[in-house]
Amino acid sequence: MAETRNKAAGKTKDSFATSSQAKQKILAFSSLVLLIVGFSIASPNFFQASNLIAIMLATAVNGVLAVGVSFVIITGGIDLSIGTLMTFTAVMAAQMVANWHLPIFVGLVVAILTGIVCGGTSGFMVAKLKLPPFIATLGMNMFTKGLSLIIAHSKPIYFTDSPSFSQISMGSVFNFSEDFQIPNAVIIFLLVAIIAGVILNKTTFGRYTFAIGSNEEAVRLSGINTDRWKIAAYAFSGAICGIAGILIASRLNSAQPALGQGYELDAIAAVVIGGTSMSGGEGTIIGTIIGAFIISTLTNGLRILSVPQEWQIVTTGIIIIFAVYLDILRRKK
Amino acid sequence: MAEPLILVRNLNKSFPGVHALKDVKFDLYPGEVHTLVGENGAGKSTLMKVLSGVYQKDSGEVLIDGKPVAIPNPKAAQRLGISIIHQELNLMNHLTAAQNIFIGREPKRGLGLFLDEKALNQKARDLFAMLKMEIDPRVKIGDLTIAKQQMVEIVKALSYDARVLIMDEPTAALNEAEIEELFTIIRHLRGQGVGIIYISHRMDELFKISDRITVMRDGHYIDTLGIGETDLDQVIALMVGRKIDASAPQVDLSEGKPIMLKVKGLSRGKVLKDISFEVKKGEILGFAGLMGAGRTEAARAIFGADPIDSGEIWVNGAKVTIKRPCDAVRHGIGYLSEDRKRFGIAIGMTVEENATIASMKRFTGFAGFVKNKEIRAAAADSVKKLSIRTPSLQQKLKFLSGGNQQKVVVAKWLIRNCDILIFDEPTRGIDIGAKQEIYALLNELARAGKTIIMISSELQEILKLSHRIVVMCEGRVTGELPASEATQEKIMKLATQRETMVVAAANQ
Repeated sequence: MAETRNKAAGKTKDSFATSSQAKQKILAFSSLVLLIVGFSIASPNFFQASNLIAIMLATAVNGVLAVGVSFVIITGGIDLSIGTLMTFTAVMAAQMVANWHLPIFVGLVVAILTGIVCGGTSGFMVAKLKLPPFIATLGMNMFTKGLSLIIAHSKPIYFTDSPSFSQISMGSVFNFSEDFQIPNAVIIFLLVAIIAGVILNKTTFGRYTFAIGSNEEAVRLSGINTDRWKIAAYAFSGAICGIAGILIASRLNSAQPALGQGYELDAIAAVVIGGTSMSGGEGTIIGTIIGAFIISTLTNGLRILSVPQEWQIVTTGIIIIFAVYLDILRRKK
Repeated sequence: MAEPLILVRNLNKSFPGVHALKDVKFDLYPGEVHTLVGENGAGKSTLMKVLSGVYQKDSGEVLIDGKPVAIPNPKAAQRLGISIIHQELNLMNHLTAAQNIFIGREPKRGLGLFLDEKALNQKARDLFAMLKMEIDPRVKIGDLTIAKQQMVEIVKALSYDARVLIMDEPTAALNEAEIEELFTIIRHLRGQGVGIIYISHRMDELFKISDRITVMRDGHYIDTLGIGETDLDQVIALMVGRKIDASAPQVDLSEGKPIMLKVKGLSRGKVLKDISFEVKKGEILGFAGLMGAGRTEAARAIFGADPIDSGEIWVNGAKVTIKRPCDAVRHGIGYLSEDRKRFGIAIGMTVEENATIASMKRFTGFAGFVKNKEIRAAAADSVKKLSIRTPSLQQKLKFLSGGNQQKVVVAKWLIRNCDILIFDEPTRGIDIGAKQEIYALLNELARAGKTIIMISSELQEILKLSHRIVVMCEGRVTGELPASEATQEKIMKLATQRETMVVAAANQ
């Protein structure tokens, strides 16, 4: 008797919890739809194939960064170095391909390896040296920014001799028609997102990522080497910075050493708008992707409506605060 | 005798599932030290929290100077002249002594815009002088010893014109000389007519400082004794009661079985001093002692959760090196923490995720993919075996009762195939029915050949389950008793056997 009652009570609570989480996803998704519909009504130029592709292209780099940093944020950490690390990996790739004339393939591998080493170092500082993630990655942010400028002599490095490099981002394997070509950057972004989603939900690494964010000490006392897995999360985020670095370098056909600062905040904003908790233990890749799309749609739409750039930034700020407040309200229930 | 400062009558207080105070009475006269004793969970702290406005009474009366009063919050208690010195001091380490004492009441100057640091220090200096304490008001709290910090806390309490001072385990962190110094101050306060309620587990102290002793047990008032008319044995007898446990004594099946875990000379700072013991296969070894005796610290040290200074650990006849919890788990040791929510489970994760988190190596397949089918099978098996009541394996742990959460932690170690299980307060915070289930489970595990260490502050529980009992006090093992010889009195005596008492006894 008591048992059945217990079960029944548990079930209602359970279904409530799932519905509340589903609500958040629906909320984020419907605000994206709302934005698209709103802008389409406001301006005939918005809902055009070329503009939608522009939005997707604008989302790609930020989206890739956001997917990577989602892992770190789910462990309960933060990575402020992703923007400048992305640039650093781009500069390293340019050094290999443009300056040393090595094959493009080498450039790609070096970019990703650079990301893994720098991300892993941040992770080491956090896990082993017990530095607060904010400080460790702030240091890594400046470290990589400085190194980029030094290696590139503070000047952009152009891929003049390897024209195929720009095809990585701007070419299109999905070439439907003259004005409907989905750039590879978008495809790569979606592939990264799918793979990251699978890793997060289907592998032991993903399981530990959630568990560490949920209760790190309990995980450590379960006999798991939490330090190692935390380092892995930062290294993973770093590897993805390498991919973002390749995308942006290819898109600009150059490595711009002064670029990068500020990208980390856009990426973190996307993660947060997507409903991932900054205190860790919760989060989804699909949420992060929607978050990234909300930011770029907003920027694009406001630009089409000729809202000055300053006001676009103000609006994005308000949206972030509003999104997180909604999330807090949801959690309180 | 004069009118009592505080008079408590028929006080009742319940929490969900626990009747913490049952018709309790208590009185305190000006200029006396009235000590409150009882086992953990006897209701001492609850009573003090009612008096200091932290908890609200359900029924009963509190009279101050003969007039009934309501104490709705700590501020009200302060206004009534009741101050409490907690075991954990509430001071701000980066502020000076004087700044701490007058926090929120700083003297101002210059139209009330600026702090008057000079007046502040002078006021503090006057207070220190009045109590004959030698403390510089300008020294930072963090630079003072714990004993001096405590004195600052006392001065702070008195600066609110406190007439009643409640001290909860004030000597827990003090050495002999500091305790003497504290007692001098307490006697001085008593001379000035302050009433002091003193809570302590240290039996030898009671007789040095108390005027009267009140004993509580299981939320009941038991008796109040004048210091001249009682002795240590009587107080201990009253504390543990003369209840006879009806259940049959434990049959020790571990006779002749191999030793599974041997600990030799485990030491860590002041917390653990030369801990040695061994446990056999199929044995339940009880760890008794009062709060802060070092039992949890010993368990955590064995498990590699905290570093050790020295000591050896042998598992199944082989010496092992345990630096981190993962080393301990590799050698088949599982630890179930007293603080489930902080150290045992991830409450936002599901039953199956929690149950298998320690065994993910086994459940990881090609390219790091999780073997969901096998996880589900293992978790379902445990849920059935341990009769964990959950609507599904995907239920988040926060929706399960304490007893069922505890069983999930047990499942975690059983799925990991751990042979040595350290249960730290396995029944804390779970209701009576679930307690019985946990007891049955422990017995069953022992019968199945697991080696079990059970830390518990409930003597009844220790006596009921253990085959052998190790007693700790202040980081040392003070004795070992086979189940057949163990009584509550014997355990209590060992649990309060301080190092200095041993030395004193040896000198006699």
